[in-house]
Amino acid sequence: MDNPHQASSVDEARAVTVSALLAGEERLRRRRAASAAVDACAWAAALLAVGVLAAVVVSVAVKGAGAIDASFLTQSTANFGGGGIANALAGTAILVAVAALLAIPTGILVAIYTSELGGARPAVAIRYVLDILAGVPTIVVGIFVFGLIVVPQHRQSGFAGSVALAVVMLPLVARSAHEVLRLVPDSLREAGLALGASRWRTVVSVVVPAAFSGMVTGALLAVARAAGETAPLLFTTSIFPDFVQTDPAQALPNIPVTIFRYSESPDPVKHAQAWGAALVLMLFVLLVSVIARALSARGRRRLGSAR
Amino acid sequence: MSYGPKTLDAADLAGGRGGPTDEPVAAAGARPAAERREPVGEAGPGHRVELERLSAWYGGAQAVRDVSLSFEPGAVTAIIGPSGCGKSTLVRCVNRMHEEVPAARSEGRVLLDGVDLRSPAVDVVAVRRVIGMVFQKPNPFPTMSIFDNVAAGLRFNGVRRGELGDRVREALVAAGLWDEVSSRLRAPGTSLSGGQQQRLCIARALAVEPSVLLLDEPCSALDPVATLRIEELLVQLKERVTVAIVTHNMQQAGRIADTTAFMLGGELVEVGPTEKIFTRPDDERTEQYVTGRFG
Repeated sequence: MDNPHQASSVDEARAVTVSALLAGEERLRRRRAASAAVDACAWAAALLAVGVLAAVVVSVAVKGAGAIDASFLTQSTANFGGGGIANALAGTAILVAVAALLAIPTGILVAIYTSELGGARPAVAIRYVLDILAGVPTIVVGIFVFGLIVVPQHRQSGFAGSVALAVVMLPLVARSAHEVLRLVPDSLREAGLALGASRWRTVVSVVVPAAFSGMVTGALLAVARAAGETAPLLFTTSIFPDFVQTDPAQALPNIPVTIFRYSESPDPVKHAQAWGAALVLMLFVLLVSVIARALSARGRRRLGSAR
Repeated sequence: MSYGPKTLDAADLAGGRGGPTDEPVAAAGARPAAERREPVGEAGPGHRVELERLSAWYGGAQAVRDVSLSFEPGAVTAIIGPSGCGKSTLVRCVNRMHEEVPAARSEGRVLLDGVDLRSPAVDVVAVRRVIGMVFQKPNPFPTMSIFDNVAAGLRFNGVRRGELGDRVREALVAAGLWDEVSSRLRAPGTSLSGGQQQRLCIARALAVEPSVLLLDEPCSALDPVATLRIEELLVQLKERVTVAIVTHNMQQAGRIADTTAFMLGGELVEVGPTEKIFTRPDDERTEQYVTGRFG
């Protein structure tokens, strides 16, 4: 049908569209500029963050590499002359191992309670308390353990140091384990229950294995953190001998306090050794973090393949 | 898949399927297959489930209203209805999975061979050993191998290691999965295709030799070929295990169910022989639903 009105309304429609889409070249330019500015700021911030880490790693590596050699790693600390950090390495290893034995099973059990077995309200309350505990300054934790263990025993001990480290680790382990347990889909719990498994059996045989690699990751990250904590150790295991000590009932030598002590020494050799010890500590933490992330990625892939 | 002609007639139920393969209906073809396979579950008169005036709530919202229904032994009962009509909730009340949801509540009686499953004297864990369930989305345990998945229920129930191998094999044969996985029992359960995973879940449920098997839309996440295999399987199984299947696929109900129940808004509208429900339903709402006028 020939309809002149129709023809003009098609043109009108087109004109409206054209004006809507192409309007405001000025506005477009402004929008593009704003977008570019925000992009640039985000990039700069990211570079800054990476740069800080790079600066720390590079400066410690540069200043510390020179001090590291075979004798550094095998000789014990010495007040004068060379010596190494062997006793401090051994001591840190024992401190962290005992702390892990205390904190990791406890943290995981707490997480199992808050995620699987407890009611909603106790779980929320416990998680809140753990969050507060995570925020307590580590020096306060150190003083607390000092009053709790060191004072009654009238001496410092590696055990006290491990307890202090465990207090720092506990909320980290519990929080990360809880998150991973929550990630296990309910369909798996239902499958277990529907087969006639009791609730605890379902948790132990189905849910925890599914969350296992995530829990390992969380535990490793907590271990990395504990290895570097200084304040808890200042009150509990900071006066130690210059030989390897493995008895946790005595004060154990350790890396963080050694770094602290060496940095206050007038001897430049000690300064260099402090940098060396810092490098060793940093490499350990980096290594553990990388392994933890790799395990986490593998674990996530496995859970994700449960279609 | 279209809903076919306005009123399904007996020819549709007995013959054509409209699916990708035009084999004769499972019920006819299954008997020779059944003779090839080993039976699973207890032989005998079979187990009857009766629901008496069952109601269920999620908090304040009532999902099931006063439903009385029975699942006959030696038969497949299908429960059909639009989304949200309460059919899944109903079935979950049978094996007491409904009470695992916080703020969930239910009333009424669920009888298995005359025993009230909801009485306080009954152990809920034991209920789930005799009433198995297969879920909508296949959910094999991701950290376990195929063998361990099927054996999981057996291990939960304290079956000794020596017996596991035979019972796992029987269950996989009954689920029609043995030929495909016998050479790789140690592979992870999640390495199978969707249809195979669902058959693995069926094998897992069958391994504990339940009296009743509940299936909640087991094929809705599967392709038509996988669906077919599972439907054939269910028709074979009904001799040994009382089967109740929730489905939103009416043609599936038409293919495999002996009895069909139609639910709407939490209520049981009508229940009867499948052919009757699809061709001469008593209730007008049933007729509207099966002819595709809603849902």
